Amino acid sequence: MPRRDDIRKILLIGSGPIVIGQAAEFDYSGTQACRVLMEEGYEVVLVNSNPATIMTDPEVATATYIEPLQPQAVTQVIERERPDALLPTLGGQTALNLSKELHELGVLRRYQVELIGADYEAIARAEDRERFRDTMTAAGLRVPRSAIAHSVDEARAAVEQVGLPFIVRPAFTLGGSGGGVVTSERELERLVGRGLAISPIHQVLLEESVLGWGEFELEVMRDGGDNVVIVCSIENIDPMGVHTGDSVCVAPQQTLSDRAYQELRDQAIAVIRAVGVQTGGSNVQFAVSPDTDEVVVIEMNPRVSRSSALASKATGFPIAKIAARLAVGYTLEEIPNDITRATPASFEPALDYCVVKWPRFAFEKFPGAEPGLTTHMKSVGEAMAIGRTFKQAFAKALRSRELDARPRFEESLEALMESVGRPGAERFDRLLEAIRRGASVDELHARTDIHRWFLNEFAELESGPRRLAGERTFKAVDTCAAEFEARTPYFYSSWERPPRMGQVRSRNGGPTPSEAAPAARGTAIILGSGPNRIGQGIEFDYCCVHAAQTVRESGRDAVMINCNPETVSTDYDISDRLYFEPLTLEDVLAVCEAERLGAFEHNGSAGANGRRRLEGIVVQFGGQTPLKLAAGLHAAGVPILGTSVEAIDLAEDRSRFGPLLDRLGFKAPPYSTAQSVDEALERAADVGFPLLVRPSYVLGGRAMEIVYSLADLADYLERAELEPGRPIYLDRFLEDSIEIDVDALCDGSAAAGGGGEVWIAGIMQHVEEAGIHSGDSACVLPPHALGEEMLAQVRAQTAAIALELGVVGLLNVQFAIHGETLYVIEANPRASRTVPFVSKAIGVPIAKLACRLVLGERIADFDLPQSTANGHVCVKEAVLPFDRFAGADALLGPEMRSTGEVMGIAADFPTAFAKSQAAAGSNLPMGGTVFITVTDGDKPAATGVASMLHDLSFRIVATRGTAQAIRKMGIPVETINKLGEGSPHVVDWIERGDVDLVINTPVGTGARAEGYEIRAAAVARRIPCITTMAGGMAAARAIAAARRGAPEVRSLQEIHGERPRQAEPMTAKIT
Amino acid sequence: MTDAAAYVMLEDGARFDGVGCAADGIAVGEIVFTTSMSGYQEAVTDPSYAGQLLVFTYPQIGNYGVRDDAMESDRIHARAAIMRAAVDRDDSPGAQQGWLSWMKAHRVPAITEVDTRALVRHIRSQGAMRGGLFPGQMSERQARTLIEAEPPMTGRDLVPGVTSEERTVFEGGPGTRIAILDTGVKRSIVSELRSRGVTVELHPSTAGAHQLLENNPDAVLLANGPGDPGALGYIVEVVRQLIGRVPVYGICLGHQLLCQAVGLETYKLAFGHHGANHPVKDLDTGTIEITSQNHGFAVLGPDGSPTIEGDEAIRWETEYGAAELTHINLYDRTVEGLTLCEVPAATVQYHPEAGPGPHDALHLFDRFVEGARAA
Ligand SMILES: Nc1ncnc2c1ncn2[C@@H]1O[C@H](COP(=O)(O)OP(=O)(O)O)[C@@H](O)[C@H]1O
Ligand SMILES: Nc1ncnc2c1ncn2[C@@H]1O[C@H](COP(=O)(O)OP(=O)(O)O)[C@@H](O)[C@H]1O
Ligand SMILES: [Mg+2]
Ligand SMILES: [Mg+2]
Repeated sequence: MPRRDDIRKILLIGSGPIVIGQAAEFDYSGTQACRVLMEEGYEVVLVNSNPATIMTDPEVATATYIEPLQPQAVTQVIERERPDALLPTLGGQTALNLSKELHELGVLRRYQVELIGADYEAIARAEDRERFRDTMTAAGLRVPRSAIAHSVDEARAAVEQVGLPFIVRPAFTLGGSGGGVVTSERELERLVGRGLAISPIHQVLLEESVLGWGEFELEVMRDGGDNVVIVCSIENIDPMGVHTGDSVCVAPQQTLSDRAYQELRDQAIAVIRAVGVQTGGSNVQFAVSPDTDEVVVIEMNPRVSRSSALASKATGFPIAKIAARLAVGYTLEEIPNDITRATPASFEPALDYCVVKWPRFAFEKFPGAEPGLTTHMKSVGEAMAIGRTFKQAFAKALRSRELDARPRFEESLEALMESVGRPGAERFDRLLEAIRRGASVDELHARTDIHRWFLNEFAELESGPRRLAGERTFKAVDTCAAEFEARTPYFYSSWERPPRMGQVRSRNGGPTPSEAAPAARGTAIILGSGPNRIGQGIEFDYCCVHAAQTVRESGRDAVMINCNPETVSTDYDISDRLYFEPLTLEDVLAVCEAERLGAFEHNGSAGANGRRRLEGIVVQFGGQTPLKLAAGLHAAGVPILGTSVEAIDLAEDRSRFGPLLDRLGFKAPPYSTAQSVDEALERAADVGFPLLVRPSYVLGGRAMEIVYSLADLADYLERAELEPGRPIYLDRFLEDSIEIDVDALCDGSAAAGGGGEVWIAGIMQHVEEAGIHSGDSACVLPPHALGEEMLAQVRAQTAAIALELGVVGLLNVQFAIHGETLYVIEANPRASRTVPFVSKAIGVPIAKLACRLVLGERIADFDLPQSTANGHVCVKEAVLPFDRFAGADALLGPEMRSTGEVMGIAADFPTAFAKSQAAAGSNLPMGGTVFITVTDGDKPAATGVASMLHDLSFRIVATRGTAQAIRKMGIPVETINKLGEGSPHVVDWIERGDVDLVINTPVGTGARAEGYEIRAAAVARRIPCITTMAGGMAAARAIAAARRGAPEVRSLQEIHGERPRQAEPMTAKIT
Repeated sequence: MTDAAAYVMLEDGARFDGVGCAADGIAVGEIVFTTSMSGYQEAVTDPSYAGQLLVFTYPQIGNYGVRDDAMESDRIHARAAIMRAAVDRDDSPGAQQGWLSWMKAHRVPAITEVDTRALVRHIRSQGAMRGGLFPGQMSERQARTLIEAEPPMTGRDLVPGVTSEERTVFEGGPGTRIAILDTGVKRSIVSELRSRGVTVELHPSTAGAHQLLENNPDAVLLANGPGDPGALGYIVEVVRQLIGRVPVYGICLGHQLLCQAVGLETYKLAFGHHGANHPVKDLDTGTIEITSQNHGFAVLGPDGSPTIEGDEAIRWETEYGAAELTHINLYDRTVEGLTLCEVPAATVQYHPEAGPGPHDALHLFDRFVEGARAA
């Protein structure tokens, strides 16, 4: 079947902010889909609230709406754009649920929008656990025994049906959110209750437990001609019970015989047909009994997924790209295989290597949270490694994780074995340690149910030689195990025994048959940012992708090195050569070597034109990861392009940066650096309290805390796992100050032969005061409450710092305004987290410009706008994962905890803020009851907020002290009990659902500070909980704005004048 | 395991070092590779690999051990296994023995830690060729002499080495009876037929038409097998006598035999089709199946061309009436299936019985059996 001409315009819904369970993989999939549909000549309308994505770059779609992913906003977009079709399967669970909702609301019917890829029925059959179970049974497939419950009592009644332990699974949630294993009557109450609360349709499935069975996933594709192929099989090394997103996985599957595997293949095909996904990719999960090969179907996702992104990177088969083509009518046979070009996509990739995926966790950021791994996903990112053997891949994956701190092991073997038995973040490190201490494969199997094959491999890994036999060479990922020639240069390193070609001249000749094809032109290597983690996420991948595009546009070869399978940067289309390798000095240098030498010529000798011109390496776009490697690369003689190693060190080494600020006459908070705990305690006095303490060289404010006294400090130094030898930083904490973030471009100081020019791209004013990590606080661009002369100072100081450092490319400076004085908090000589936000707010791709500077251009060469004002206010809001970490305090602080961000765009600040809140999923109530309890210092501000909310006819309740303050101002308020004061107290109120908004500013710090239970209850009930007065004020103004009616929506292309303004229809109302 | 240095050498002098495992010794023959990611035991026991050393492109071989019910014949036919990372584990559920111990017990040598991808890329660019597996201490000159002594695959009749001595009958049930001309039949073929209630007679490859038809079977099935189909004129003669008298079906070698019987010619592929992921299109229905493949030779179209460009079944006149080429391989558009339109006869080049590989084409056995019953 050829391309459909009966549709012209296609609506795509993105997956929104990065959250646990739904991350960068949907930027990869969505970007591919948009690109393909544009290539096919369709108009593409995109809605996504996440500014940090390549997908929301204006050139990726015809019209890009950065709007909340909610029926209201999307309906408005549909009414303005009138798309013919909606492709719901590329934006994760969010897009799927939203599309389903739009259908149920009749919106799609009203505007005649056709669901393509998967229709409503198919989505419902796959996503509604009850219907799915029935569909499977009807197709003759076995699913775990189960029962549906809509209440805790129904659940109790169902226990004899499913037995204990059983699995709770809420319907329609992401990444197993709210799921868990119930082993006792007591847990039943808690876990089922939580599940019901979280499920949008208040339904949970209770399921027979198959804990300990093998877990397998198959990635299936189906076309309009009902041809089905399996793209990849994935085996979870962690048996059933640990969410696939948290499991260490290997592709292809290792332990099933051909017969057992073909059985799974047959079932996967039966599943996709039974569910009725017309075209595209689906992910089917199975549990396989270790001793009987009995199979049960666990679930299927009728859309691209984390696993399909992994499968695409693991095989070279671009699932999302092909799914998009299938959705518009093509069949697999009609689509060529990118990599061989000669063969069609209607085949199943053959791998001649192994792939290991490793999750990246962030438990250390959530003290008090339940540490274990279970059926509900907790990892924040992942790394992938490719090796010729399982051992090589596994060892690489270990290196790719970039752990901040080495795991600490239990002293006694018993204790160690105990924890090996409990799935947790460092389970495999412990497992390997246990092997080193002599634990046997049988013991380990008994403890973990991990298949003996893997345990044997681990044992050999530990006993085998540290250095691998043979030499390091580069092999291609080619989908066909070398049966056909590969055209797409996607490489991984491997240790091989060099063949001897004797007299022969063969295409793969040479001492080691490296497959990296020679480049005719100059080459720049871009270092990616590795596995996503809190503090270093998709924003940096966005910058790396822009860097690669810019290098190519400059007529050079772009080489990408990264090990994150979720990302756009590891799409082989983005660079001229992709090396899927860990970001360690050794691995990066090996690639540099390969790029220097070039591949051996086809006649087998390393001739002149096999030699590449490696110009250097770009380290400023991938966050802290590449920056950490800069010095080592420089020392090894690899030229660093852009900001020099010297300049990086000048900015990062406080003992050098402090004096630099003094030279310039700029203020920094008093600070000191201590080499030991005792020294820290001494120095504290001269710096003065309150103090901000942290270990050096960390990202995202890791382990950073505010202490108000020597006692606090001592306690912190006690708790924080400080690495000996690494200094401790002490800063005077500037209370009640406004924080500012600046992103700027600089082309180097004239003295050092640069252009001596600086261009300020964006000044962002944070909504929350300094003390809340820049990554976690909302910020506004342009700044909504700063005087012109303060802004002038900010510009001047930023420029001076940039030139004094000698920055070539991007610089990010953070300031705090304390009283009337401007303090410099830090300067990051690299692309910052806010670069994509700024680029989209001002309509200038600053990462690309920075890369041009890195490659030698001058700011003078660009014609940059004098003013970037465009009549819009942009708000960036952070999205926090507290709901995933039961037990952790839902409190903002100097340590970053957010996983993602959203953007709100409007004509005024309150409306933009309201949009950002809606997009972040903390839906501000339009009325109802607000509960306020704040510190004495905040009481004046609280009364202001209270009076605004009162005018908006909110009912106001408060704890005694706060209530008195509010009453004094003549605002009606009811006093309710604190926790200590007996029931009904505030937590009862919240749990009864009698509170719609919580404003609570914290007293003191530490996981168990007062107010903890209040915030925990609010998070559990998904009630917006505001923990700063600034946030409270913004929220009140936002509510006022929102009550004036649905804000209008606008595409980026219109805002930046790249597309004529659409005629405005009367705003859509959902009926 | 020997665990001593060993190497693979090709007739063009290319040498790939590794570590000897399984049985000690030397193996010489044609070197071919399979891209199938599982089913190593089924592969080496498939008689079609007689005379060949088998390279596994998938690096991890032996993971789940070996078990009796995965045998495709009573012994190992491949002359050696060439691997990147072989293991000898028998602790996987269902495993009866470790892969390497089992090969050793069958006195078949193997080599591991070879850069099999480099080897495969070499074969891909230079074509399948003779070669051998040699102990590390053996000189290259000696190795070369042994390789030279090995006759090339083209023109080779390897069937006598793999066919069954005398006629054997496998009861499947009353009613349908199918005679198989055993040129090295895989057990999966027999069991697929029996599971459909068919009684199966295996006949030695030397059987004549009258022997095959003695118990008036409802159909004759021409099996898979090793070697050059061009060297089997004596069997083609028998097939010519069968066509029209009884429904004739064929798989792999059997397909090549029927094609020759209706006047088509066979030729040697550069490096053959060996794997479990080849897309084959049924030109009548337009559906695509992912198939199991194992053949070094293929059939030329009636116009003498190795590939079929159109998506229409190619139809032409033979002495048995109209014939159609019904299936093509979407990788290289080579011939994958034949049907005679006026007499009951149909064949496929690929392996509907899987073993190893996908089950997409199992339904062909229903077709065969229905065809047999109808006649
Ligand atoms: N019946 C079960 N017994 C044991 N573990 C289970 C069962 N069902 C699911 N799990 C575990 O829970 C995880 C999440 O379940 P899944 O249905 O995949 O939800 P999600 O939609 O979050 O992927 C699975 O990866 C598996 O490890
Ligand atoms: N002296 C200070 N006074 C007040 N707040 C500070 C001070 N130093 C840092 N902060 C707060 O801590 C956060 C993290 O500090 P920062 O130096 O930016 O660490 P990171 O390198 O993780 O970005 C800042 O965003 C700011 O809110
Ligand atoms: Mg799942
Ligand atoms: Mg910062």
